[in-house]
Amino acid sequence: MAKELKFSASHEWAELDGKTAVIGVTDYAAELMGDIVFVELPAVGSRIKAGATFANIESVKAVSEVFSPVTGIVTAVNLSLNDSPELINRDAFAAYLIKADVEALEDGLMTESEYNKLKH
Amino acid sequence: MNYTPHTERDVAEMTAVIGVDGIESLFKVCEAFGGGDKGLSVAGLSQLEAEKKIKASAAKNKVWTSVFLGAGAYRHYIPPVVRHIGSNPRFVTAYTPYQPEMSQGILQAVFEYQSCITSLTGLDVSNASMYDGATAAAEAVLMCADGGDILVSAGINPYVRSVIAAYLKGRGGKITDVPLGADGLTDTEFLKNHSAGAACCIIQQPNYFGNIEDAKSIGGILNDAGVKYILHTYPISLALLASPAECGADFATGEGQPLGLPLGFGGPYLGYIAAKEKYMRKMTGRIVGETTDKNGHTVYVLTLQAREQHIRREKASSSICSNEALCALTAAAYLAAVGKEGFVKIADDCAAKAHYLAERLKASGFALKYGSTEFFNEFVTVSDGVSADAVLKKLAKKGILGGLKIGAKEILWCATEMNTKDEIDAAVKAAKEIF
Amino acid sequence: MKTIFEKTVSGRKCTELPESGIPAYTLKAACTRAEKADLPELSELDLVRHYDALSAKAYGVDSGFYPLGSCTMKYNPKLNECAAALEGFTDVHPLQGDKSAQGALEVLYLLTEYLKEITGMDDGTLQPAAGAHGEFTSLLMIKAYFESKGGKRTKVIVPDSAHGTNPASAAMAGFEIVNIPSLADGCVDVAALKDAMDGDVAALMLTNPNTLGLFEKNIGEIAETVHKKGGLLYYDGANLNAVMGIARPGDMGFDIMHINLHKTFATPHGGGGPGSGPVLCKKRLSEFLPGRRVAKTDGGAYALKKASPKSIGNVRAFYGNFLVCVRALTYIITLGREGIKDAAQKAVLNANYMRKRVSEFLDVPHNVPCMHEFVASCEKLKEETGVSALDVAKALIDCGIHPPTIYFPLIVHEAMMFEPTETESKETIDGAVEMLRSVIEAARTNPQELKNAPKTTPVGRPDEVKAARKPIVAFGKIPR
Repeated sequence: MAKELKFSASHEWAELDGKTAVIGVTDYAAELMGDIVFVELPAVGSRIKAGATFANIESVKAVSEVFSPVTGIVTAVNLSLNDSPELINRDAFAAYLIKADVEALEDGLMTESEYNKLKH
Repeated sequence: MNYTPHTERDVAEMTAVIGVDGIESLFKVCEAFGGGDKGLSVAGLSQLEAEKKIKASAAKNKVWTSVFLGAGAYRHYIPPVVRHIGSNPRFVTAYTPYQPEMSQGILQAVFEYQSCITSLTGLDVSNASMYDGATAAAEAVLMCADGGDILVSAGINPYVRSVIAAYLKGRGGKITDVPLGADGLTDTEFLKNHSAGAACCIIQQPNYFGNIEDAKSIGGILNDAGVKYILHTYPISLALLASPAECGADFATGEGQPLGLPLGFGGPYLGYIAAKEKYMRKMTGRIVGETTDKNGHTVYVLTLQAREQHIRREKASSSICSNEALCALTAAAYLAAVGKEGFVKIADDCAAKAHYLAERLKASGFALKYGSTEFFNEFVTVSDGVSADAVLKKLAKKGILGGLKIGAKEILWCATEMNTKDEIDAAVKAAKEIF
Repeated sequence: MKTIFEKTVSGRKCTELPESGIPAYTLKAACTRAEKADLPELSELDLVRHYDALSAKAYGVDSGFYPLGSCTMKYNPKLNECAAALEGFTDVHPLQGDKSAQGALEVLYLLTEYLKEITGMDDGTLQPAAGAHGEFTSLLMIKAYFESKGGKRTKVIVPDSAHGTNPASAAMAGFEIVNIPSLADGCVDVAALKDAMDGDVAALMLTNPNTLGLFEKNIGEIAETVHKKGGLLYYDGANLNAVMGIARPGDMGFDIMHINLHKTFATPHGGGGPGSGPVLCKKRLSEFLPGRRVAKTDGGAYALKKASPKSIGNVRAFYGNFLVCVRALTYIITLGREGIKDAAQKAVLNANYMRKRVSEFLDVPHNVPCMHEFVASCEKLKEETGVSALDVAKALIDCGIHPPTIYFPLIVHEAMMFEPTETESKETIDGAVEMLRSVIEAARTNPQELKNAPKTTPVGRPDEVKAARKPIVAFGKIPR
């Protein structure tokens, strides 16, 4: 089955591959947040819920919550963000936050072209 | 007397620019809420009169010259240079260093304070200060509580216990009091049996009764059980005692008043809080960090601000905004003034004098409540057949402020480098006369 | 500049203890530390010079104009400092007993009484150490009040124009925060309040005048709305300087409040503290006040009362930041009834004068008579020139004055909040206005130049991103 890229209205992306997903924030969100200084990630094995906060991203003068586009279990976190949170600023699609086993998707996830329309 | 510089002409010119016919018209919107004649009942004074009046209040306090009272507030020698530094108007009249370009002096001073606290505690990160020792302990508990039980040693200062309990009334949290054994030390068996599932444990070192806890063994128990360990310390004792880091503590808190701040009837004091690095991004309060400026020079800024109330609002772990920055600056100046070797000598002197006092009291009819338990500079006596009140009254008559009455026949004594041998001998002689 | 640790030379010292004539005592090795704590070692002169050099890189009210909105950086009279340095206050032990501390108790008693009179409240405590601490204390009292009535109220309403400490303190006290939008002028949207106000709401937190410096004209209706549903009205005293001696929160319908002695009552800020945040309240909340408070006995002596059984306990040790209280009391007895009122009047006069003059060349979104402070906006300036409120603030540093508060309140974009305070002269304000005018003109003619400000300070534009990514928070501790 082909991989599928989906977007949420709260500026997260999820690359879906069957029952697994790789999840991050969009370049648009990264630009809004400015220089990212710290990423607080969930523990591997923890439950995430579609539409609920699963991570926090800090810039110098702001904290942004990251909302999960899926319901499921965290299977991996991107440890390189601990030392280099700026990877998200550099390439938000390469710098994933977590990988998860997916039980359900958030309602209303968009395709790339739908999302691009929304942000303009 | 007031401090406003406006002449009548100034007022006329300024109201004309504003376009109103007088200052009163700027207050029309709120004049209905003036409370009629109720307001402040006193008329103003000249500075000369005000100074006389406030001096008269000060004169009603007795300044004791021979003092054996501690129990959370300690009389230590404050080198004159420390008061001098702490009263520099550029430090005293500055605001929180929001503009780093204009505040490098304050920022570097606080950075040096944080560095001193990490040296004393052996831990990795100190914040810029808390309101006082008790609130530092309470906020450390809040950082660790996380819904689990909070083990509080019965050896903790009652004020600190009370502040922790008040703070926990907010987000909730259950306190389990850990009793002391007959030796006046935290009951480690009880601790072992109750640490399962607890969130954190706070131990005071030396404890309220002056006894030196086996803080390392306690650390072993708590670390094994996965219970976060807060060690609440007396900073002068840290010159000699195993550091909180050596004891396995996650957090160290304490009352910084002994570090160059006057007794001041209870404040302003200084709460210090330090932690292992892993707690840094959850640490309460302000933190100063080192960085570089656009020219590559080393500079200091308020950092990790995403933790704080002005950014995180209701999601911040604490609402603390103003802290005790000037007290922190003063404490750092104190530690530099007494220096690495001098700090140890002060602590040695405190211990020597307290033990001399204890020995002499023992020889004069008092018993030491906790027998041979090791103590630093405070200890408890029991006076058989004589009330604590009678002992303290007798001392007061001789111009001596005795220890704190903590039971009908029990007194908590304290000695510091301020007490001379003659003073100690005189106090013991007076106390002996009561028997 | 080198840190004090880099100036350390092993073996130097600046104090010495006398010989005690008492045998040394050695603690058991099992409880002692392995190594001495690493502390500085300097001569007294080197120590003095270190801090003198640091003070040259600090800026206080004594140095120059400090119009930091919401912070009330008024002059700190030196008489108050002399009073707080009296040995009869500094060398008094908090546990030495009522009898030998009558003067200290008198200070606490009188200050509480005068604050009650100024605010129109019935009772109070001086125990909280700062404004946010006073907020937290008040919210714990509010919680205890509802619990004592057998009910439980879970929510606190906070307008979006409020100080960040308001929601943080309420959350710390265990309340859920309900944010309500403000009107464009920062005033409460009464319709929104009515919608949000239900039987679960414990309190509404409000500062009046609000953070735009405007008096809440609907305060009567607001109080009625909150009280009708059984809620309490909380007054954030940060802006009390605007109305003291003229209007009283107690008469506006507020039930409980804190005061910042370090703002309104002229005690110095100390580079971030110590402050003092007394809490004042109406009678029905008295029994929940923390700490031991002072009562006057029939004989005229003062005594520390036992706390009521319903008290929330203690929010810090002892009775508060006592020496700060000494300064505030000295201030109040010096100014008296007329002086307190005069201070508020001149604070408002100065703010309006400055507002009017600044509005000649910079956008003031609500350019109507204000109270003690006003908010200008660089939003249009930024659109036209790319120069932001931050750039303007940094350029003002080059002019030798402290910038206003920027980016607050959140409801005004590119906000610059000016609070000149009453102790500044017309000449000082005129000078600052001209400096600001020249900066704004420079923004229009040479915007790039402002991006490099400040240029006259020892350091310029620190790298805050670097500081937060790899924090170095103590000397010699290199981040992993």
